[in-house]
Amino acid sequence: MALYVVSTVYTCYLGVNQVTSIPVWNALFWIIVLFAAFNALSRSFQREEGGRQLYLHTLAHPRSVVLARTAYNAAVMIVLSLVSAATYSLFIGNSVMQDADLGLFITSVILGGIGLACSLTLIAAIAARAGSGIGLMAILGFPIVLPMLLAMLRASKLALDGVAWSVAGKYLIGLVAMDVLAVALAAILFPYLWRD
Amino acid sequence: MKHWWWKILATLLLLYVVVIGLRTPLAPALIACTPDRIAPGDVLVNVWGYNTRFQEGIDGSWISNDGQWVCVNAARVVSDDHVELRFNVPHGMRSEMSHLVLRTAAHGDLTYLNAFYTEDRGSGMSQQIADGCRPEALSKASIGSHEKTFQFPDRNILNESIRNLFFHVPMWFSMVVLMAIGVWKSIRVLGRNDPNDDRSALVAVQVGLLFGVFGLISGSLWARVTWETWWTTDPKLNGAAAGVLIYLAYLVLRGSVPEPAKRARLSAIYSIFAFTFMMLFFFVLPRLNAVDSLHPGNGGNPAFNTYDLDNGLRSVFYPACAGWILLGVWMYDLRSRAMRLQNILTDANDN
Repeated sequence: MALYVVSTVYTCYLGVNQVTSIPVWNALFWIIVLFAAFNALSRSFQREEGGRQLYLHTLAHPRSVVLARTAYNAAVMIVLSLVSAATYSLFIGNSVMQDADLGLFITSVILGGIGLACSLTLIAAIAARAGSGIGLMAILGFPIVLPMLLAMLRASKLALDGVAWSVAGKYLIGLVAMDVLAVALAAILFPYLWRD
Repeated sequence: MKHWWWKILATLLLLYVVVIGLRTPLAPALIACTPDRIAPGDVLVNVWGYNTRFQEGIDGSWISNDGQWVCVNAARVVSDDHVELRFNVPHGMRSEMSHLVLRTAAHGDLTYLNAFYTEDRGSGMSQQIADGCRPEALSKASIGSHEKTFQFPDRNILNESIRNLFFHVPMWFSMVVLMAIGVWKSIRVLGRNDPNDDRSALVAVQVGLLFGVFGLISGSLWARVTWETWWTTDPKLNGAAAGVLIYLAYLVLRGSVPEPAKRARLSAIYSIFAFTFMMLFFFVLPRLNAVDSLHPGNGGNPAFNTYDLDNGLRSVFYPACAGWILLGVWMYDLRSRAMRLQNILTDANDN
Protein backbone atom coordinates (compact mmCIF):
# COMPACT_ATOMS: atom_id res chain seq x y z
CA MET A 1 0.00 0.00 0.00
CA ALA A 2 2.84 2.32 0.87
CA LEU A 3 4.28 1.39 -2.51
CA TYR A 4 1.01 2.38 -4.16
CA VAL A 5 1.05 5.75 -2.43
CA VAL A 6 4.68 6.44 -3.26
CA SER A 7 4.28 5.46 -6.89
CA THR A 8 1.13 7.60 -7.30
CA VAL A 9 2.83 10.56 -5.69
CA TYR A 10 5.86 10.04 -7.90
CA THR A 11 3.64 9.90 -11.00
CA CYS A 12 2.09 13.20 -9.97
CA TYR A 13 5.57 14.56 -9.39
CA LEU A 14 6.69 13.51 -12.89
CA GLY A 15 3.56 15.10 -14.32
CA VAL A 16 3.41 18.42 -12.57
CA ASN A 17 6.68 18.89 -10.63
CA GLN A 18 5.53 21.53 -8.20
CA VAL A 19 2.01 22.59 -7.28
CA THR A 20 1.74 26.01 -5.75
CA SER A 21 -2.01 26.51 -5.85
CA ILE A 22 -3.64 25.41 -2.60
CA PRO A 23 -6.93 24.03 -4.05
CA VAL A 24 -5.10 21.90 -6.65
CA TRP A 25 -2.59 20.63 -4.08
CA ASN A 26 -5.42 19.78 -1.72
CA ALA A 27 -7.57 18.05 -4.36
CA LEU A 28 -4.68 15.91 -5.67
CA PHE A 29 -3.77 14.89 -2.15
CA TRP A 30 -7.25 13.68 -1.27
CA ILE A 31 -7.61 11.85 -4.59
CA ILE A 32 -4.47 9.89 -3.71
CA VAL A 33 -5.70 9.16 -0.18
CA LEU A 34 -9.17 8.17 -1.42
CA PHE A 35 -7.89 5.61 -3.90
CA ALA A 36 -5.35 4.33 -1.43
CA ALA A 37 -8.24 3.81 0.98
CA PHE A 38 -10.34 1.93 -1.58
CA ASN A 39 -7.37 -0.28 -2.40
CA ALA A 40 -6.39 -0.97 1.18
CA LEU A 41 -9.86 -1.46 2.62
CA SER A 42 -11.24 -3.63 -0.17
CA ARG A 43 -8.85 -6.34 0.95
CA SER A 44 -9.96 -6.31 4.54
CA PHE A 45 -12.57 -9.04 4.11
CA GLN A 46 -11.42 -10.64 0.90
CA ARG A 47 -9.13 -13.16 2.57
CA GLU A 48 -11.82 -14.30 4.93
CA GLU A 49 -14.06 -16.22 2.60
CA GLY A 50 -14.64 -19.90 3.22
CA GLY A 51 -12.87 -21.73 6.00
CA ARG A 52 -11.28 -18.77 7.62
CA GLN A 53 -14.61 -17.08 8.12
CA LEU A 54 -16.05 -20.21 9.67
CA TYR A 55 -13.09 -20.39 12.02
CA LEU A 56 -13.54 -16.75 13.06
CA HIS A 57 -17.24 -17.41 13.52
CA THR A 58 -16.55 -20.08 16.12
CA LEU A 59 -14.11 -17.83 17.94
CA ALA A 60 -15.85 -14.51 18.24
CA HIS A 61 -19.14 -12.69 18.01
CA PRO A 62 -19.50 -10.98 14.62
CA ARG A 63 -19.87 -7.64 16.36
CA SER A 64 -16.43 -7.94 17.90
CA VAL A 65 -15.06 -9.01 14.52
CA VAL A 66 -16.39 -5.93 12.74
CA LEU A 67 -15.33 -3.58 15.52
CA ALA A 68 -11.85 -5.06 15.57
CA ARG A 69 -11.68 -4.86 11.80
CA THR A 70 -12.76 -1.22 11.88
CA ALA A 71 -10.12 -0.42 14.49
CA TYR A 72 -7.46 -2.18 12.42
CA ASN A 73 -8.58 -0.39 9.25
CA ALA A 74 -8.53 2.93 11.06
CA ALA A 75 -4.95 2.27 12.17
CA VAL A 76 -3.97 1.31 8.61
CA MET A 77 -5.61 4.43 7.22
CA ILE A 78 -3.93 6.71 9.78
CA VAL A 79 -0.51 5.35 8.79
CA LEU A 80 -1.39 5.42 5.11
CA SER A 81 -2.68 9.00 5.07
CA LEU A 82 0.28 10.23 7.12
CA VAL A 83 2.69 8.47 4.76
CA SER A 84 0.84 10.02 1.82
CA ALA A 85 0.99 13.47 3.40
CA ALA A 86 4.72 13.09 4.07
CA THR A 87 5.73 11.79 0.62
CA TYR A 88 3.32 14.15 -1.08
CA SER A 89 4.71 17.26 0.57
CA LEU A 90 8.23 15.92 -0.05
CA PHE A 91 7.74 15.48 -3.80
CA ILE A 92 5.04 17.93 -4.83
CA GLY A 93 6.43 20.66 -2.64
CA ASN A 94 5.34 22.18 0.60
CA SER A 95 5.29 25.76 -0.59
CA VAL A 96 1.53 25.73 0.01
CA MET A 97 2.21 25.04 3.68
CA GLN A 98 3.83 28.38 4.30
CA ASP A 99 0.99 29.82 6.32
CA ALA A 100 -0.66 26.51 7.09
CA ASP A 101 -1.80 25.52 10.54
CA LEU A 102 0.15 22.24 10.62
CA GLY A 103 -1.56 20.84 13.70
CA LEU A 104 -4.97 21.39 12.15
CA PHE A 105 -3.84 19.92 8.84
CA ILE A 106 -2.47 16.75 10.47
CA THR A 107 -5.63 16.44 12.55
CA SER A 108 -7.86 16.70 9.51
CA VAL A 109 -5.70 14.17 7.64
CA ILE A 110 -5.89 11.70 10.55
CA LEU A 111 -9.63 12.24 11.05
CA GLY A 112 -10.16 11.87 7.31
CA GLY A 113 -8.31 8.55 7.33
CA ILE A 114 -10.34 7.30 10.28
CA GLY A 115 -13.54 8.49 8.59
CA LEU A 116 -12.77 6.59 5.40
CA ALA A 117 -11.96 3.47 7.41
CA CYS A 118 -15.14 3.66 9.52
CA SER A 119 -17.55 4.20 6.65
CA LEU A 120 -15.90 1.82 4.20
CA THR A 121 -15.44 -1.21 6.45
CA LEU A 122 -19.04 -2.38 6.20
CA ILE A 123 -19.04 -1.56 2.48
CA ALA A 124 -15.91 -3.69 2.06
CA ALA A 125 -17.64 -6.53 3.86
CA ILE A 126 -20.71 -6.26 1.59
CA ALA A 127 -18.54 -6.13 -1.55
CA ALA A 128 -16.52 -9.14 -0.38
CA ARG A 129 -19.71 -11.12 0.31
CA ALA A 130 -21.04 -10.17 -3.12
CA GLY A 131 -17.92 -11.83 -4.47
CA SER A 132 -16.71 -8.99 -6.63
CA GLY A 133 -13.62 -6.95 -6.12
CA ILE A 134 -12.63 -3.36 -5.85
CA GLY A 135 -14.95 -2.22 -8.64
CA LEU A 136 -18.13 -2.90 -6.70
CA MET A 137 -16.50 -1.54 -3.56
CA ALA A 138 -15.81 1.78 -5.30
CA ILE A 139 -19.35 1.99 -6.68
CA LEU A 140 -20.93 1.26 -3.31
CA GLY A 141 -18.51 3.33 -1.28
CA PHE A 142 -18.08 6.48 -3.32
CA PRO A 143 -21.50 8.06 -2.71
CA ILE A 144 -21.24 7.20 0.98
CA VAL A 145 -17.90 8.94 1.40
CA LEU A 146 -18.66 11.82 -0.99
CA PRO A 147 -20.04 14.24 1.64
CA MET A 148 -17.37 13.08 4.08
CA LEU A 149 -14.78 13.82 1.43
CA LEU A 150 -16.20 17.31 0.96
CA ALA A 151 -15.90 17.96 4.70
CA MET A 152 -12.29 16.71 4.65
CA LEU A 153 -11.42 18.84 1.63
CA ARG A 154 -12.88 21.91 3.29
CA ALA A 155 -11.21 21.27 6.63
CA SER A 156 -7.76 20.64 5.16
CA LYS A 157 -8.08 23.61 2.82
CA LEU A 158 -8.92 25.82 5.78
CA ALA A 159 -5.90 24.36 7.56
CA LEU A 160 -3.66 25.15 4.58
CA ASP A 161 -5.04 28.66 4.48
CA GLY A 162 -4.05 29.01 8.10
CA VAL A 163 -7.56 29.59 9.42
CA ALA A 164 -8.24 29.19 13.12
CA TRP A 165 -9.48 25.92 14.66
CA SER A 166 -12.85 27.39 15.51
CA VAL A 167 -13.74 27.79 11.80
CA ALA A 168 -12.66 24.33 10.68
CA GLY A 169 -13.89 22.76 13.93
CA LYS A 170 -17.44 22.17 12.74
CA TYR A 171 -16.21 20.07 9.80
CA LEU A 172 -14.08 17.97 12.13
CA ILE A 173 -17.00 17.52 14.53
CA GLY A 174 -19.18 16.56 11.59
CA LEU A 175 -16.59 14.00 10.51
CA VAL A 176 -16.44 12.46 13.97
CA ALA A 177 -20.25 12.33 14.17
CA MET A 178 -20.41 10.52 10.82
CA ASP A 179 -17.74 8.07 12.04
CA VAL A 180 -19.73 7.25 15.16
CA LEU A 181 -22.88 6.72 13.10
CA ALA A 182 -21.07 4.51 10.58
CA VAL A 183 -19.48 2.35 13.29
CA ALA A 184 -22.78 1.98 15.14
CA LEU A 185 -24.57 0.93 11.95
CA ALA A 186 -21.78 -1.50 11.08
CA ALA A 187 -22.04 -3.07 14.54
CA ILE A 188 -25.80 -3.50 14.15
CA LEU A 189 -25.81 -4.73 10.55
CA PHE A 190 -22.68 -6.87 10.32
CA PRO A 191 -24.09 -9.86 12.26
CA TYR A 192 -26.78 -10.22 9.57
CA LEU A 193 -24.12 -10.18 6.89
CA TRP A 194 -22.34 -13.06 8.50
CA ARG A 195 -25.34 -15.26 9.00
CA ASP A 196 -25.33 -18.13 6.52
CA MET B 1 -64.32 2.60 -2.93
CA LYS B 2 -63.01 1.78 0.52
CA HIS B 3 -59.56 0.87 -0.78
CA TRP B 4 -58.98 3.42 -3.42
CA TRP B 5 -60.35 6.66 -1.98
CA TRP B 6 -56.76 7.85 -1.51
CA LYS B 7 -56.03 7.34 -5.19
CA ILE B 8 -58.94 9.64 -6.06
CA LEU B 9 -57.60 12.05 -3.44
CA ALA B 10 -54.12 11.97 -5.04
CA THR B 11 -55.58 12.63 -8.50
CA LEU B 12 -57.71 15.50 -7.26
CA LEU B 13 -54.85 17.04 -5.30
CA LEU B 14 -52.49 16.91 -8.28
CA LEU B 15 -55.19 18.26 -10.59
CA TYR B 16 -55.73 21.12 -8.14
CA VAL B 17 -51.98 21.74 -7.95
CA VAL B 18 -51.55 21.81 -11.71
CA VAL B 19 -54.55 24.04 -12.39
CA ILE B 20 -54.31 26.46 -9.47
CA GLY B 21 -50.53 26.31 -9.27
CA LEU B 22 -50.06 27.26 -12.90
CA ARG B 23 -53.05 29.58 -13.42
CA THR B 24 -52.84 31.88 -10.41
CA PRO B 25 -51.28 35.22 -11.36
CA LEU B 26 -48.21 36.55 -9.61
CA ALA B 27 -48.54 39.58 -7.40
CA PRO B 28 -47.37 42.83 -9.01
CA ALA B 29 -43.73 43.57 -8.37
CA LEU B 30 -40.76 45.51 -9.65
CA ILE B 31 -38.51 43.19 -11.61
CA ALA B 32 -35.83 45.34 -13.18
CA CYS B 33 -34.27 48.69 -12.75
CA THR B 34 -31.51 50.51 -14.65
CA PRO B 35 -28.90 51.79 -14.01
CA ASP B 36 -27.72 49.42 -11.29
CA ARG B 37 -25.35 51.90 -9.72
CA ILE B 38 -25.92 55.52 -8.77
CA ALA B 39 -23.53 58.38 -8.16
CA PRO B 40 -24.32 61.83 -6.80
CA GLY B 41 -25.98 64.05 -9.35
CA ASP B 42 -28.96 63.82 -11.69
CA VAL B 43 -30.00 60.21 -12.35
CA LEU B 44 -32.64 58.88 -14.74
CA VAL B 45 -33.95 55.52 -13.52
CA ASN B 46 -36.00 53.15 -15.66
CA VAL B 47 -38.13 50.74 -13.67
CA TRP B 48 -39.95 47.72 -15.06
CA GLY B 49 -42.80 46.04 -13.29
CA TYR B 50 -44.53 42.71 -13.70
CA ASN B 51 -48.32 42.41 -13.62
CA THR B 52 -48.42 46.06 -12.63
CA ARG B 53 -50.83 48.84 -13.64
CA PHE B 54 -48.66 51.95 -13.45
CA GLN B 55 -51.03 53.93 -15.66
CA GLU B 56 -53.49 54.26 -12.81
CA GLY B 57 -51.00 56.66 -11.30
CA ILE B 58 -47.73 56.98 -9.45
CA ASP B 59 -48.04 58.67 -6.07
CA GLY B 60 -44.37 58.97 -5.30
CA SER B 61 -41.05 57.20 -5.29
CA TRP B 62 -38.05 57.10 -2.98
CA ILE B 63 -34.53 55.81 -2.87
CA SER B 64 -33.84 54.46 0.58
CA ASN B 65 -30.30 54.24 1.90
CA ASP B 66 -29.58 53.18 5.45
CA GLY B 67 -32.76 54.71 6.80
CA GLN B 68 -32.42 57.93 4.86
CA TRP B 69 -34.67 58.80 1.96
CA VAL B 70 -34.31 60.62 -1.35
CA CYS B 71 -37.46 61.87 -3.09
CA VAL B 72 -38.20 61.54 -6.76
CA ASN B 73 -38.10 64.73 -8.79
CA ALA B 74 -40.24 63.63 -11.68
CA ALA B 75 -42.04 60.42 -12.61
CA ARG B 76 -43.26 59.59 -16.10
CA VAL B 77 -45.34 56.52 -16.83
CA VAL B 78 -44.31 54.95 -20.13
CA SER B 79 -46.62 51.96 -20.00
CA ASP B 80 -48.35 49.78 -17.45
CA ASP B 81 -45.11 48.01 -16.66
CA HIS B 82 -42.53 50.72 -17.33
CA VAL B 83 -41.93 53.99 -15.54
CA GLU B 84 -39.19 56.60 -15.77
CA LEU B 85 -38.02 58.29 -12.57
CA ARG B 86 -35.68 61.22 -12.19
CA PHE B 87 -33.73 61.60 -8.96
CA ASN B 88 -31.27 64.18 -7.75
CA VAL B 89 -28.92 61.97 -5.75
CA PRO B 90 -27.17 63.91 -2.97
CA HIS B 91 -23.64 63.35 -1.69
CA GLY B 92 -22.80 61.26 1.30
CA MET B 93 -24.98 58.15 1.20
CA ARG B 94 -23.82 55.80 3.90
CA SER B 95 -24.74 52.28 2.80
CA GLU B 96 -23.42 50.30 -0.16
CA MET B 97 -26.84 49.20 -1.39
CA SER B 98 -29.84 51.44 -1.92
CA HIS B 99 -33.43 50.29 -2.25
CA LEU B 100 -36.12 51.70 -4.50
CA VAL B 101 -39.69 52.25 -3.34
CA LEU B 102 -42.49 53.05 -5.77
CA ARG B 103 -45.91 54.12 -4.49
CA THR B 104 -48.57 53.20 -7.01
CA ALA B 105 -52.26 54.00 -7.00
CA ALA B 106 -53.16 50.48 -8.05
CA HIS B 107 -50.97 48.34 -5.75
CA GLY B 108 -49.66 50.48 -2.91
CA ASP B 109 -45.94 50.47 -2.20
CA LEU B 110 -43.72 48.26 -4.36
CA THR B 111 -40.14 47.77 -3.20
CA TYR B 112 -37.09 46.75 -5.17
CA LEU B 113 -34.49 45.73 -2.63
CA ASN B 114 -30.79 46.40 -3.33
CA ALA B 115 -31.68 48.21 -6.54
CA PHE B 116 -28.54 50.31 -6.72
CA TYR B 117 -24.93 49.99 -5.83
CA THR B 118 -24.00 53.33 -4.31
CA GLU B 119 -20.86 55.02 -5.52
CA ASP B 120 -19.06 57.82 -3.77
CA ARG B 121 -20.22 56.96 -0.30
CA GLY B 122 -19.96 59.30 2.69
CA SER B 123 -21.07 59.47 6.28
CA GLY B 124 -24.70 60.30 5.64
CA MET B 125 -26.66 62.88 3.69
CA SER B 126 -27.28 66.26 5.16
CA GLN B 127 -30.23 66.14 7.54
CA GLN B 128 -32.03 68.80 5.57
CA ILE B 129 -32.37 66.64 2.45
CA ALA B 130 -32.99 63.47 4.36
CA ASP B 131 -35.70 64.94 6.58
CA GLY B 132 -37.30 66.72 3.66
CA CYS B 133 -39.02 63.72 2.16
CA ARG B 134 -39.50 60.83 4.51
CA PRO B 135 -42.54 58.97 3.13
CA GLU B 136 -45.33 58.85 5.65
CA ALA B 137 -46.67 55.43 6.66
CA LEU B 138 -44.79 53.16 4.29
CA SER B 139 -46.71 49.95 4.04
CA LYS B 140 -44.47 47.07 4.97
CA ALA B 141 -43.99 45.08 1.79
CA SER B 142 -45.62 44.82 -1.55
CA ILE B 143 -46.99 41.37 -0.75
CA GLY B 144 -48.97 42.32 2.31
CA SER B 145 -51.19 44.76 0.49
CA HIS B 146 -52.70 42.27 -1.94
CA GLU B 147 -54.51 39.90 0.32
CA LYS B 148 -57.76 40.71 -1.37
CA THR B 149 -56.99 38.61 -4.44
CA PHE B 150 -55.42 35.18 -4.50
CA GLN B 151 -51.92 35.70 -5.87
CA PHE B 152 -48.45 34.34 -5.58
CA PRO B 153 -45.63 36.61 -4.50
CA ASP B 154 -43.24 37.81 -7.17
CA ARG B 155 -39.76 37.56 -5.75
CA ASN B 156 -36.65 39.14 -7.05
CA ILE B 157 -34.99 36.42 -9.13
CA LEU B 158 -37.76 33.85 -8.90
CA ASN B 159 -40.57 35.53 -10.81
CA GLU B 160 -42.75 32.94 -12.56
CA SER B 161 -40.37 30.13 -11.67
CA ILE B 162 -41.74 30.23 -8.12
CA ARG B 163 -44.35 27.75 -9.37
CA ASN B 164 -41.62 25.13 -9.49
CA LEU B 165 -41.96 25.03 -5.70
CA PHE B 166 -44.97 22.73 -6.20
CA PHE B 167 -42.93 20.27 -8.27
CA HIS B 168 -39.29 20.42 -7.21
CA VAL B 169 -39.64 20.29 -3.43
CA PRO B 170 -42.35 17.57 -3.21
CA MET B 171 -40.16 15.33 -5.43
CA TRP B 172 -37.59 15.10 -2.64
CA PHE B 173 -40.25 14.57 0.01
CA SER B 174 -41.74 11.73 -2.06
CA MET B 175 -38.30 10.23 -2.62
CA VAL B 176 -37.58 10.24 1.12
CA VAL B 177 -40.98 8.66 1.86
CA LEU B 178 -40.44 5.92 -0.75
CA MET B 179 -36.91 5.22 0.44
CA ALA B 180 -38.28 4.99 3.99
CA ILE B 181 -40.74 2.34 2.73
CA GLY B 182 -37.74 0.60 1.16
CA VAL B 183 -35.83 0.62 4.45
CA TRP B 184 -38.83 -0.67 6.34
CA LYS B 185 -39.10 -3.57 3.90
CA SER B 186 -35.33 -4.11 4.13
CA ILE B 187 -35.51 -4.40 7.91
CA ARG B 188 -38.25 -6.99 7.45
CA VAL B 189 -36.01 -8.88 5.01
CA LEU B 190 -33.32 -9.11 7.68
CA GLY B 191 -35.94 -10.18 10.20
CA ARG B 192 -37.75 -12.96 8.40
CA ASN B 193 -36.29 -13.48 4.93
CA ASP B 194 -39.46 -13.20 2.88
CA PRO B 195 -38.76 -12.75 -0.87
CA ASN B 196 -41.90 -10.58 -1.12
CA ASP B 197 -40.32 -8.00 1.18
CA ASP B 198 -37.19 -7.99 -0.93
CA ARG B 199 -39.22 -7.32 -4.06
CA SER B 200 -41.13 -4.51 -2.33
CA ALA B 201 -37.86 -2.93 -1.20
CA LEU B 202 -36.56 -3.02 -4.76
CA VAL B 203 -39.75 -1.45 -6.15
CA ALA B 204 -39.71 1.29 -3.49
CA VAL B 205 -36.13 2.15 -4.42
CA GLN B 206 -36.92 2.15 -8.15
CA VAL B 207 -39.90 4.47 -7.79
CA GLY B 208 -38.04 6.64 -5.28
CA LEU B 209 -35.12 6.92 -7.67
CA LEU B 210 -37.50 8.09 -10.39
CA PHE B 211 -38.69 10.88 -8.10
CA GLY B 212 -35.07 11.67 -7.23
CA VAL B 213 -34.15 12.01 -10.89
CA PHE B 214 -37.15 14.28 -11.52
CA GLY B 215 -36.12 16.28 -8.46
CA LEU B 216 -32.66 16.72 -9.94
CA ILE B 217 -34.04 17.71 -13.36
CA SER B 218 -36.56 20.22 -11.98
CA GLY B 219 -33.92 21.59 -9.62
CA SER B 220 -31.41 21.94 -12.42
CA LEU B 221 -33.90 23.84 -14.58
CA TRP B 222 -34.78 26.06 -11.64
CA ALA B 223 -31.12 26.75 -10.98
CA ARG B 224 -30.65 27.69 -14.63
CA VAL B 225 -33.45 30.23 -14.37
CA THR B 226 -32.55 31.77 -11.03
CA TRP B 227 -28.82 31.22 -10.45
CA GLU B 228 -27.93 31.02 -14.16
CA THR B 229 -26.18 27.69 -13.90
CA TRP B 230 -27.26 24.09 -14.32
CA TRP B 231 -25.25 22.88 -11.37
CA THR B 232 -23.30 24.43 -8.51
CA THR B 233 -21.40 23.06 -5.52
CA ASP B 234 -24.25 23.89 -3.21
CA PRO B 235 -24.31 21.56 -0.16
CA LYS B 236 -27.89 20.54 -0.90
CA LEU B 237 -26.96 19.65 -4.48
CA ASN B 238 -24.05 17.55 -3.29
CA GLY B 239 -26.32 15.79 -0.84
CA ALA B 240 -28.94 15.16 -3.52
CA ALA B 241 -26.35 13.84 -5.97
CA ALA B 242 -24.92 11.53 -3.30
CA GLY B 243 -28.43 10.35 -2.44
CA VAL B 244 -29.25 9.44 -6.03
CA LEU B 245 -25.82 7.83 -6.56
CA ILE B 246 -26.27 5.71 -3.43
CA TYR B 247 -29.43 4.17 -4.82
CA LEU B 248 -27.92 3.67 -8.25
CA ALA B 249 -25.16 1.79 -6.44
CA TYR B 250 -27.88 -0.21 -4.69
CA LEU B 251 -29.19 -1.33 -8.08
CA VAL B 252 -25.66 -2.21 -9.21
CA LEU B 253 -25.18 -4.28 -6.05
CA ARG B 254 -28.41 -6.16 -6.76
CA GLY B 255 -27.28 -6.78 -10.31
CA SER B 256 -23.97 -8.29 -9.26
CA VAL B 257 -25.28 -10.97 -6.88
CA PRO B 258 -27.04 -13.81 -8.72
CA GLU B 259 -28.23 -15.82 -5.73
CA PRO B 260 -31.66 -14.47 -4.56
CA ALA B 261 -31.42 -15.05 -0.79
CA LYS B 262 -27.93 -13.61 -0.59
CA ARG B 263 -28.94 -10.70 -2.82
CA ALA B 264 -31.89 -9.92 -0.59
CA ARG B 265 -29.77 -9.83 2.55
CA LEU B 266 -26.82 -7.90 1.09
CA SER B 267 -28.99 -5.27 -0.53
CA ALA B 268 -31.11 -4.92 2.62
CA ILE B 269 -27.98 -4.24 4.67
CA TYR B 270 -26.71 -1.72 2.15
CA SER B 271 -30.11 -0.06 1.90
CA ILE B 272 -30.35 0.49 5.67
CA PHE B 273 -26.78 1.80 5.82
CA ALA B 274 -27.31 4.03 2.79
CA PHE B 275 -30.65 5.41 3.92
CA THR B 276 -29.21 6.54 7.24
CA PHE B 277 -26.41 8.31 5.42
CA MET B 278 -28.80 9.83 2.90
CA MET B 279 -30.86 11.31 5.72
CA LEU B 280 -27.63 12.75 7.05
CA PHE B 281 -26.76 14.27 3.67
CA PHE B 282 -30.23 15.68 3.10
CA PHE B 283 -31.04 17.11 6.49
CA VAL B 284 -27.89 17.47 8.59
CA LEU B 285 -24.98 18.31 6.28
CA PRO B 286 -26.69 21.26 4.54
CA ARG B 287 -27.14 22.79 7.97
CA LEU B 288 -23.54 22.10 8.95
CA ASN B 289 -22.14 24.29 6.20
CA ALA B 290 -25.21 26.30 5.46
CA VAL B 291 -23.11 29.38 4.82
CA ASP B 292 -22.34 28.43 1.24
CA SER B 293 -25.82 27.33 0.28
CA LEU B 294 -27.85 29.24 -2.25
CA HIS B 295 -31.09 27.59 -1.23
CA PRO B 296 -33.74 29.61 0.54
CA GLY B 297 -33.37 29.49 4.29
CA ASN B 298 -29.61 28.93 4.17
CA GLY B 299 -26.62 31.19 4.17
CA GLY B 300 -28.45 34.40 4.88
CA ASN B 301 -31.03 33.70 2.21
CA PRO B 302 -34.49 34.19 3.57
CA ALA B 303 -36.45 30.97 3.90
CA PHE B 304 -39.61 30.61 1.90
CA ASN B 305 -41.70 30.59 5.00
CA THR B 306 -40.43 33.86 6.45
CA TYR B 307 -42.15 36.01 3.90
CA ASP B 308 -42.27 34.20 0.59
CA LEU B 309 -44.45 31.30 1.47
CA ASP B 310 -47.55 33.39 1.95
CA ASN B 311 -50.94 31.86 2.34
CA GLY B 312 -51.47 31.69 -1.42
CA LEU B 313 -48.38 29.57 -1.91
CA ARG B 314 -49.04 27.50 1.18
CA SER B 315 -52.51 26.54 0.07
CA VAL B 316 -51.04 24.93 -3.04
CA PHE B 317 -47.71 23.74 -1.62
CA TYR B 318 -49.11 21.47 1.10
CA PRO B 319 -51.62 19.76 -1.24
CA ALA B 320 -48.77 19.38 -3.74
CA CYS B 321 -46.62 17.55 -1.17
CA ALA B 322 -49.49 15.29 -0.17
CA GLY B 323 -50.46 14.67 -3.79
CA TRP B 324 -47.00 13.75 -5.01
CA ILE B 325 -46.33 11.50 -2.01
CA LEU B 326 -49.62 9.71 -2.56
CA LEU B 327 -48.83 9.35 -6.27
CA GLY B 328 -45.45 7.83 -5.35
CA VAL B 329 -47.06 5.35 -2.97
CA TRP B 330 -49.63 4.52 -5.64
CA MET B 331 -46.89 3.84 -8.20
CA TYR B 332 -45.09 1.69 -5.64
CA ASP B 333 -48.27 -0.22 -4.91
CA LEU B 334 -49.04 -0.86 -8.58
CA ARG B 335 -45.53 -1.92 -9.45
CA SER B 336 -45.06 -4.26 -6.53
CA ARG B 337 -48.38 -5.93 -7.36
CA ALA B 338 -47.36 -6.26 -11.00
CA MET B 339 -44.03 -7.77 -9.92
CA ARG B 340 -45.78 -10.25 -7.67
CA LEU B 341 -48.10 -11.34 -10.47
CA GLN B 342 -45.19 -11.63 -12.86
CA ASN B 343 -43.42 -13.81 -10.34
CA ILE B 344 -46.41 -16.10 -9.95
CA LEU B 345 -46.65 -16.35 -13.75
CA THR B 346 -43.01 -17.31 -14.23
CA ASP B 347 -43.28 -19.81 -11.39
CA ALA B 348 -46.34 -21.35 -13.02
CA ASN B 349 -44.59 -21.52 -16.38
CA ASP B 350 -41.56 -23.19 -14.83
CA ASN B 351 -43.61 -25.95 -13.28
